Amino acid sequence: MIARVQTWWTILRICLEERLVYRGDFALGTLMRFLPIVTQIFLWTAIFAAAGSGKIEGYSREDIIAYYLLTMLARAFSSMPGLASGIARQVREGEIKKFLIQPIDLVGFMLLARIAHKVVYYAVAAGPFALVYYLCRSYFPGWPAPDVFAAFLLSLALAFAVGFFMEMTLGMISFWFLEVSSLLFVYMLFTFFFSGHMFPLEILPDPWRTIVDFLPFKYLAYFPAAVFLGKIEGDAMLFGLAVQACWALFFIVACRVFMHRGFHRYSGYGG
Amino acid sequence: MSHHPSYLGVFLTFARNSLIRDMTFRANFIIESISSVSWMIMNLGFYTLVYRKTTNIVDWDKYEFFVFIATTMIVNSLVQTFFMPNAQELSELVRTGGLDFALLKPIDTQFLVSLRRVNWSSLGNFVVAILLLAYALPRIDGWTLSIWHVLLYPLYIVLGVLILYSVMITLAATSIWLGRNQSLYDFWFYLTNFSRYPMEIYEGAWGTPLRQVFTFVIPILVVINVPARLLAKPLSSEFAWLGAFAFVATVLCLAVSRWVFKQALWSYRSASS
Repeated sequence: MIARVQTWWTILRICLEERLVYRGDFALGTLMRFLPIVTQIFLWTAIFAAAGSGKIEGYSREDIIAYYLLTMLARAFSSMPGLASGIARQVREGEIKKFLIQPIDLVGFMLLARIAHKVVYYAVAAGPFALVYYLCRSYFPGWPAPDVFAAFLLSLALAFAVGFFMEMTLGMISFWFLEVSSLLFVYMLFTFFFSGHMFPLEILPDPWRTIVDFLPFKYLAYFPAAVFLGKIEGDAMLFGLAVQACWALFFIVACRVFMHRGFHRYSGYGG
Repeated sequence: MSHHPSYLGVFLTFARNSLIRDMTFRANFIIESISSVSWMIMNLGFYTLVYRKTTNIVDWDKYEFFVFIATTMIVNSLVQTFFMPNAQELSELVRTGGLDFALLKPIDTQFLVSLRRVNWSSLGNFVVAILLLAYALPRIDGWTLSIWHVLLYPLYIVLGVLILYSVMITLAATSIWLGRNQSLYDFWFYLTNFSRYPMEIYEGAWGTPLRQVFTFVIPILVVINVPARLLAKPLSSEFAWLGAFAFVATVLCLAVSRWVFKQALWSYRSASS
């Protein structure tokens, strides 16, 4: 048991070291990622100036900007750049074989690597995030109640789980199709549009508004932000958290099933 | 016997070679075209949703704004087709020392590294943009096609592409100094992000200085705004100066980027050979 913990701890440390090599690039990239928010502020100011009523689907101009800032935070938890494509590459080039031979669990290894990735990211990005949030503090309605804030933190953690295991499941599909880059692109489009990263999902007309409720995407960005802003509260909030947890569980099981089926199918190409 | 290479001939050869290369991987070509088109369609979907909630953004109504988006697509697809892959490759050439070969060839180095590869699949957006124009233009109230539209719109598109090219090659040239510039594409994306909106939205204590910087210092706001306004809006004397300024800005941008590129080349040290 202790040996096992030690193994995982070593893996986590190696991954941390690996990520820290590129810390300069990281910090610069994080700051630049906030530039589009500047144009979003101007764009929505212009939209609200013309809309007249001062509110769009219950969102004021300030709400929308706070919403964008919060979805950026949620995406910092749920987006997994390079995860599925990395697995696809390993399958294609035969590198995945090492997980068949070594006594290391593929999903566990990937999870640790990703946690290390995220921890380094938060350490480097905390500064830029704090700065931008401080500068934009007037757009926020203030700190939410402690229980809402706790729910917000929980939804961020679950957003990480949903994002990670959903993309792992997608990566496992590469056991069946060697080239999955177009599939991944479609996935990226869907997450961008239906996660609420582009706009608050309330803006969608029916039937789309109902359809997104049945998809896992909205838990990647929209849901945490809406909880923080008090757009979803009370029982609806608890129900949402439960559904989010179910999606996480669903993909945890799905990626395992796909992995085992995939390993059975797999024939190692390459050396 | 002429000592000058035929630039047009060389460019056409590049274009043909690139097309042959693209056609070798046809499935990939089709997928790339579809991806870039679907990205823009999603963007269009977003603005369709926005226009369900509002009648206009600043003084752009729905169909006028569609013309604006189509113009953005045209300019960006041209930049991506002709310049983007080359600018990205420049930093790779610097890192691997491959730039040596470009320097040795008896042809202008900037020409060679800027136009070597043509990414034909990016023209998919160009076609969609033309369709979007054909859809949106007749739906603008009181719009009629005039000879000025036909003459000046393509001209201003070219000017816009040249301005963006200048910014891009300047950014790419910095990779000669820095040795490597991986975030070039990111930086490029975030910078041109400002040019995708009507310049009137940059208003107020922060907006006005921002608009002036991106009009007069790095004139990326001119790129889309001038051709789009020319096509979608009635001509007004107010914007005549902007139309004239676009010419000056393009010439200055090209001159500055040429200068920066040459300066950067002087400090190039071959990485290997």
